Amino acid sequence: MQKLIKNLNFIWNKFKNDRRLFWDEIEEQMVASDISISTTAKILDEVKKIAYSENIDNPERIKSLIKGEIIKILGNGKNFNLNISAMPPTVFLIVGVNGTGKTTSVAKLASMFKKNGKKVLISAADTYRAAAVEQIQHYAEKLKLDIVYHQKFSDPGAVVYDSMEKAKAREIDLVIIDTAGRMQTSHNLMEELIKVKKVITGRINRNVDEILLVVDSTTGQNAKNQAEIFNNSLSLTGIILTKTDSTSRGGIVITIKNDLNIPIKLVTDGEKLDNISYFDPVKFTDSLFS
Amino acid sequence: MFETLTTKFEDLFYKIRNKGKLSPGDMDNALREIKLALLEADVNFKVVKEFLENVKEKATGEKVLESITPYQQVVKIVNEEIIKMLGSGSGGISFSSGGPTIIMMVGLQGTGKTSSVIKLANFIKVRFNKKVSIVAADIYRPAAVLQLEDMAKNINVDVFYQGNLDPVSLSLKGIELFKKTGSDVIIIDTAGRLQVDDVMMNEIVNIRKRINPHQIYLVLDAMTGQEAVNIAYGFNQKVECDGIILTKLDSDTRGGAALSVYYVVKKPVKFISNGEKIDDFDIFYPERIASRILGMGDVVTLVEKAEKIVSEKEAKIIEEKIYRNELNFEDFISQLKSIKKIGSMDKIFSMLPFTNKNKVFKKINLDDSYIIRIEAIINSMTIEERRKPHIINGSRRKRIAKGSGSSVSEINKLLKQFDKTRQMLKQFSDANGKFNLPF
Repeated sequence: MQKLIKNLNFIWNKFKNDRRLFWDEIEEQMVASDISISTTAKILDEVKKIAYSENIDNPERIKSLIKGEIIKILGNGKNFNLNISAMPPTVFLIVGVNGTGKTTSVAKLASMFKKNGKKVLISAADTYRAAAVEQIQHYAEKLKLDIVYHQKFSDPGAVVYDSMEKAKAREIDLVIIDTAGRMQTSHNLMEELIKVKKVITGRINRNVDEILLVVDSTTGQNAKNQAEIFNNSLSLTGIILTKTDSTSRGGIVITIKNDLNIPIKLVTDGEKLDNISYFDPVKFTDSLFS
Repeated sequence: MFETLTTKFEDLFYKIRNKGKLSPGDMDNALREIKLALLEADVNFKVVKEFLENVKEKATGEKVLESITPYQQVVKIVNEEIIKMLGSGSGGISFSSGGPTIIMMVGLQGTGKTSSVIKLANFIKVRFNKKVSIVAADIYRPAAVLQLEDMAKNINVDVFYQGNLDPVSLSLKGIELFKKTGSDVIIIDTAGRLQVDDVMMNEIVNIRKRINPHQIYLVLDAMTGQEAVNIAYGFNQKVECDGIILTKLDSDTRGGAALSVYYVVKKPVKFISNGEKIDDFDIFYPERIASRILGMGDVVTLVEKAEKIVSEKEAKIIEEKIYRNELNFEDFISQLKSIKKIGSMDKIFSMLPFTNKNKVFKKINLDDSYIIRIEAIINSMTIEERRKPHIINGSRRKRIAKGSGSSVSEINKLLKQFDKTRQMLKQFSDANGKFNLPF
């Protein structure tokens, strides 16, 4: 009898240890995807509750429960459509920190809408970075699109004002505004963006149709700080997740959606202009565990 | 906005402070907090595990457990470990003795290679008074060359580029040209690439083979997440890197990627870049990034300062004297002097993480002028009086008052206070002669 109890204990403990190892492994996988620790804990708490109450210990089923929780956070596909105004021009403002891929994303977005038969105008409001205008000009030429640009170091608000005027005169459907990269910690540059936003709303008498933050999927926890501060200044409508062809998973966007309720709308994944697509939460979640 | 390690430790310390000593369980809690702090700073989870094993070994010694500030001691060990790792081999640049020094810059897209090339060129030019030239070998990103040329104009540095050449030929031709024009340093800017893109990685492998650079720097975005380890590993495998340039430190990122990268490729951070201006570029100081990764600052400095000033031996002697009720004015004044060496009272209390929370500290109104007056009084005592306070009678009090420019009642007050303090301290020290702070 003593021996049996001992054996049972051994089995129970082994089982318990395996279980712990399993959960630890899952947790590590999530953290390795750059999902924040607090979001990871929240998801796992939820899943553990279900798993224990329904006696689920099959790893595959638990994984699918986790995926379900993540998809619940990310929301269903309907939220991801870009807001197109009934009163053209529709205006998209593209913002973000340095080096995330704003200019390339602007070109990709422009290409996408041009293919759909829209008249697109690019507003080159990054008047700061050396050769930023030339870079976006290159894309505009390639895509045969209208572009508005000023001299280097000129006021981005003025570029945007002119862009809006030109858009009206030429019956443009969509204005996409490229802005200079800026660290969220730079107060003055954030103020500059608020001013740019005011110029737009003053011209169209409604909210900007989309204010999209470009987030580099190789970025870790700081992406949340970025989203938080840009959102406080501008009220973001969504996120463009770039460089998803890299080996990073970009899991921090789950935390951003969970904590700040900013949806991911688009993903980009390569150097070509058509490497852009609407965000697919199922596909994204699958990639976290592949 | 974010709960820092300091405030978490403050809470932990607060919870256990009445227990006196730390139990091994408390230590686990402390290590868990450090784990979270490191993960929140984007240190790779595998690195965190290994790193904590290291720390645990060093931190479970008796010295830490029996210290009066055990948590701070743990943080200090962590901090030292980070500095030790990040600090090995960092700092500066070595130049080739024969012919120009050739430096190649590599990295992912958008990490800030081009800006770093310009900043490094300027740094070398200004600090070392060398002639620097740049080869623009990023032929892919539209206007990348233009960006380089535009920025190079501002710092008066030549850029080589020729439209019909591939990056390897460009590099070769550029170096040949700049050798002739007498450049001391030639920096090659390459296109951004993913470490898993074989075709693009082969390109830098070929450039490296043909030009044999003296230094290869990996440009790493300080905001990089968990993948930093694989990125650095990938690049280092293909083209052995000599060091890291950590960029975008002007953001509020904690920069744990630097630690991850060190663990994986054992290559030091050489330079940091922290702003939009050309001179926002500097040699890497490991202390700065270490406290940044931990999300805390001054406690480390305080513990270090206190440690430098009060040796462990001294502290032991004082403890014993307190226990035997033998504390005298000589000890008292040496303690006061130690405190003053650390800084003003305001400064010391502002360095302590729990200052604002603890009512005790708010009640104590320690100002510096009070300490100066006490010091003056003690200085007017004879050596014998300092060692044996009980011999200070009426006439001695008068003399001390005169000598220190104070009144007899002030002397009386101090003697009374000293006696009380001595008794109080005795109460707080336990039977083993170990001293526990009353707060």
